[in-house]
Amino acid sequence: MKLVRYFPVAFDSIASNKMRASLTMLGIIIGVAAVLTILGIGRGASESILGEVASQGTTRLTISPVTETDGEGAGSPVQTLTMGDVKALADPAFHPDVVEVVPQYAGNLQLVAGSNNSQVRVTGTTAAYADVLRLEMAEGRFLTEDEITQMSNVIVIGTTVASDLFERTQVVGESVRIDGEPYTVVGVLEESGNAGFGSNDESGFIPIGAAHGRVFNVPRYRGEYVVTSISADALSEERVEAAELQIEQTLRLRHGLNAEDDNDFSISTQASLLETIDTVTGTLTLLLSSIAAISLVVGGIGIMNIMLVSVTERTKEIGLRKALGAHTSDVLLQFLIESLVLTLLGGLIGIAISYGAALLVSRIPNFSFDLLIGVDAVLMAVGVSAGCGLVFGLYPAMRATQLDPIEALRYE
Amino acid sequence: MPGPSALIDMQEVTKVYQMGETKVLALDGVSLSIEEGEYVAIVGTSGSGKSTLMNIVGLLDRPTDGVYRIRGHSAGDLTGRQLADLRNREIGFVFQQFNLLARAPAWRQVELPLFYAGIARSASRRRALETLAQVGLAERADHKPEELSGGQQQRVAIARALVNRPSLLLADEPTGALDTRTGEEVMALFEKLHAEGLTLIIITHDQEVADRARRVITMRDGAIISDLRGAAATTASGGTNGLREPALAPLPRPAVIEQIEEKVYEAG
Repeated sequence: MKLVRYFPVAFDSIASNKMRASLTMLGIIIGVAAVLTILGIGRGASESILGEVASQGTTRLTISPVTETDGEGAGSPVQTLTMGDVKALADPAFHPDVVEVVPQYAGNLQLVAGSNNSQVRVTGTTAAYADVLRLEMAEGRFLTEDEITQMSNVIVIGTTVASDLFERTQVVGESVRIDGEPYTVVGVLEESGNAGFGSNDESGFIPIGAAHGRVFNVPRYRGEYVVTSISADALSEERVEAAELQIEQTLRLRHGLNAEDDNDFSISTQASLLETIDTVTGTLTLLLSSIAAISLVVGGIGIMNIMLVSVTERTKEIGLRKALGAHTSDVLLQFLIESLVLTLLGGLIGIAISYGAALLVSRIPNFSFDLLIGVDAVLMAVGVSAGCGLVFGLYPAMRATQLDPIEALRYE
Repeated sequence: MPGPSALIDMQEVTKVYQMGETKVLALDGVSLSIEEGEYVAIVGTSGSGKSTLMNIVGLLDRPTDGVYRIRGHSAGDLTGRQLADLRNREIGFVFQQFNLLARAPAWRQVELPLFYAGIARSASRRRALETLAQVGLAERADHKPEELSGGQQQRVAIARALVNRPSLLLADEPTGALDTRTGEEVMALFEKLHAEGLTLIIITHDQEVADRARRVITMRDGAIISDLRGAAATTASGGTNGLREPALAPLPRPAVIEQIEEKVYEAG
């Protein structure tokens, strides 16, 4: 293969001008490293968020009220989702694909222990909440059925809340006060480990009855306490859609909506959430990569510039090569392969740098995600840098072939 | 009259350059025939057309008019690719400024024509080293031009011209950039090669160089004004063309030649 023989020529030429070659490659190096690192960040972050969402169960459905569109309370949630809805949805006869229905009423409250206090998102809920939300306990237990029915003054808190109030996390049996009323801590949740999606480190959970009856001033709708959201579990991942339809039907009926009315609630599933996250991170990654790709183009123009200088500088060499029997195609290939080698080297160094960055990031403790640089991204980087070399090397190479050997030999 | 065996055969060759608005007649109907094994010097002042003649003979340029044949191939009928191949196989160029690649070792310089001839690297390296030995530079094969003297650089260039075993060596002022002693070495090498059967065309304005040739062609204003062979080339040419001092007797063979030949012998 004659083509291969041009590579030593290209390496010689690059090696004979190392400083210039490395400066030229810098553009490609930075471009490739930037694109790969950004792609890696995007993919790593996306995987990390998706993983966390998936770890909370893919069968979960969340029912929340829509917001008022007009009138006095525009922008605030419609107050039509109630405990009555929760009881109705819990009927397995009409909802064969729904296994658990858990009401939530959440608000921000001041928790006090001794001289410490903390602003905490407190949710009134039922015992099944821990199952549906896949909560893990670090200490003690979650709320029990008995505590729910008796509306006991008990609370489960996150680790951050525990350390804020008690400066430690082994606090089962301790007492915290809400509005002066004492609540016994029965459990501490496992630390989520990061500030990522769906962390409960700064939350507290109390029986739904206590939240409705004592802690919050909760309004009623048609005689039933309003809830801020309802979580439900479908029988299986395949039955999520069926469960969604069954819930929708019941709620429309109960809320007295006519056929032409829009739902006054929305049902989101983990699957739809995953999709949304995927789309958002994908778009962000694309945006950032496009910006990084601009540096690749700039790098490519740098290559073209240097190759043009190189052709002018080596006019005499080109003339000589033609006199010694080089074909036009020999000269073209020599310069094209030189710029190809230049950009490929740059691309490889860029890949090495981004891998180094990935390695570095993975060593940082508590960093919420790793840089994921896939084989496809690397292949793309190699392809793009080689493409840059060919595209931006073509014009200078053509200039070289057009030199008249007589003029070129005479050139000083 | 040129025989069928003529290596170079020119019939009424004309070359016109377009310099902006004006046309320059660089060659004005030159007819010339050079047989294989000849040792020819082409002399003339700058602008006499000798460089243009060399470019056409060397297939770097094509005649505007007339016919130029090398080994029976008519240059006007050949494609650029075929011309390049002919340059590669049939012609060895030696330039005044050596024209070596700046950073390549000697054997790589010599190998270059073999690269374009498509010869495999192992074979071409061996042949490059053999040819370097032939010019007495076997021990300098790995030296770069900056590590070689002017005379050695020109010998590398000669090895490069010889490596493809051309029929014709075309030297343009080969001693122009060398001092007298190294110029003498280079000329001695040329003469040795000629003695071995190589056809040699040297373009020069140096009388001493021209006087050593077996045939001297003198040019002026794009035309050949004299073409003298044998002893007449050294005795009569100076007097008839009036371009230079009366001709000198051929120089005695200097001791340097023996030295070079000894070296070659050792290396071989």
